[in-house]
Amino acid sequence: MSTSREALIDPLFNNNPIALQVLGICSALAVTTKMDTALVMSAAVIFVLLFSNLFISMLRNQIPTSIRIIVQLVIIASLVIVVDQVLKAYLFEISKQLSVFVGLIITNCIIMGRAEAYAMQNPPGMSMIDGLGNGLGYGVILAGTAVIRELFGSGSLFSVQLLPLVSEGGWYTPNGLMVLSPGAFFIIGFFIWAIRTWKPEQVEQD
Amino acid sequence: MQGSVRYNLGFAAAVCFVCAIVVSTSAVSLADRQDRNATLDKQKNVLVAAGIAAADESLGAEEVARRFEPMTQVIIEVESGDAADGIDPATFDQRAASIDVAQSRPAPDNTARIMRLPHYALVYEIRDAADGLDMVVLPVEGLGLWGTLYGFVALEGDLRTIRGLTFYEHKETPGLGGEVDNPRWKALWTGRLAFDDDLTPVIAVVKGPAGSVDDAPHAVDGLSGATITSRGVTNLLRFWLGPDGFGPYLTRLRAEGGAA
Repeated sequence: MSTSREALIDPLFNNNPIALQVLGICSALAVTTKMDTALVMSAAVIFVLLFSNLFISMLRNQIPTSIRIIVQLVIIASLVIVVDQVLKAYLFEISKQLSVFVGLIITNCIIMGRAEAYAMQNPPGMSMIDGLGNGLGYGVILAGTAVIRELFGSGSLFSVQLLPLVSEGGWYTPNGLMVLSPGAFFIIGFFIWAIRTWKPEQVEQD
Repeated sequence: MQGSVRYNLGFAAAVCFVCAIVVSTSAVSLADRQDRNATLDKQKNVLVAAGIAAADESLGAEEVARRFEPMTQVIIEVESGDAADGIDPATFDQRAASIDVAQSRPAPDNTARIMRLPHYALVYEIRDAADGLDMVVLPVEGLGLWGTLYGFVALEGDLRTIRGLTFYEHKETPGLGGEVDNPRWKALWTGRLAFDDDLTPVIAVVKGPAGSVDDAPHAVDGLSGATITSRGVTNLLRFWLGPDGFGPYLTRLRAEGGAA
């Protein structure tokens, strides 16, 4: 059994859910054109991971094996609906921009993956730490991608204009690739490359 | 006994029951706030189309209500253009009505690719002290590249000149078709003429720059890299301002002499 420190820190770079396990890519492409949507999405995923891991871990000895996946999904789906409702009530503008992607947290493989791989075998406290760690690992990549995409795609950060755009009378021509999903593919690819250069043990054997 | 069918069914039922309570509690307790947000958002978009608020302006609930004060919400029967009594504008949901078979009819063939037309529509009028029409704001929708654009167009009291246009929901590509949200592009609409002298809607988003209002009264700059979105905006405006859309209503307003 790993220590709580490892459970929290490992998913950041050593075992990052996006960079190493290549899970949760769909939402990472969709919500990273702006910093605020990326951070709200990360917070939503962290919340869902934290509590899905907690509840599934609490029930791990009671959940019948034959229906465990669907039980996990019911718990995850309920949490996602709650998050979606709260965002619509308190962060309406951002929830409009996130549109379907909050709902799609249900299908985010990171959450099911942690439930199956960790929460089903470990006690609630550790499972929560594992959920937090993996959520942060997801958030780190999202935030990193969003910084690059928003800065070079829209010349701004947190919607504050830093590079004056040509269309607004400035000098910066925004890079259109950055606001489109393929731009995120390239950036995440570069992140994976950078992490694997730094930690060569992550490179798969041929 | 764990593993038995009875246990599995019981466990599944218990989990579902608890989750259902959590979900319904959150939905019910937050519903008021969400409805308020949705109403505010819609009102704000009406104000943006009318030029009474800027799109990137962050307005509190009271400020929206204050600026919304001069607006009269009117339910009209789309086909005849007459005001319809007996429907509360506050609870009328036009988008729900247009997909409800009982409250809508199949739309005639149109280039905006609108499938169904609601029987009733919610429009906004601003009248001056002498009851003369100052402005009317109409809801519009139509297909762009990736999905339907929903917005409002505001016409001046002469019912020809466009005061403003805004889309509050669309799925166009950010940076390309998504530039329908660009305030500089939206500003180009103000002062253009939606109709020609025969009152046919001729307003169009053209390829390339259209020029000033005086040079090109019926045209607006196209969005680079967004031909289909641009065409969609042209089509949806022509449809809703035309005889199958709000034509009868506009004709009635003109006949009433609201047009100064």
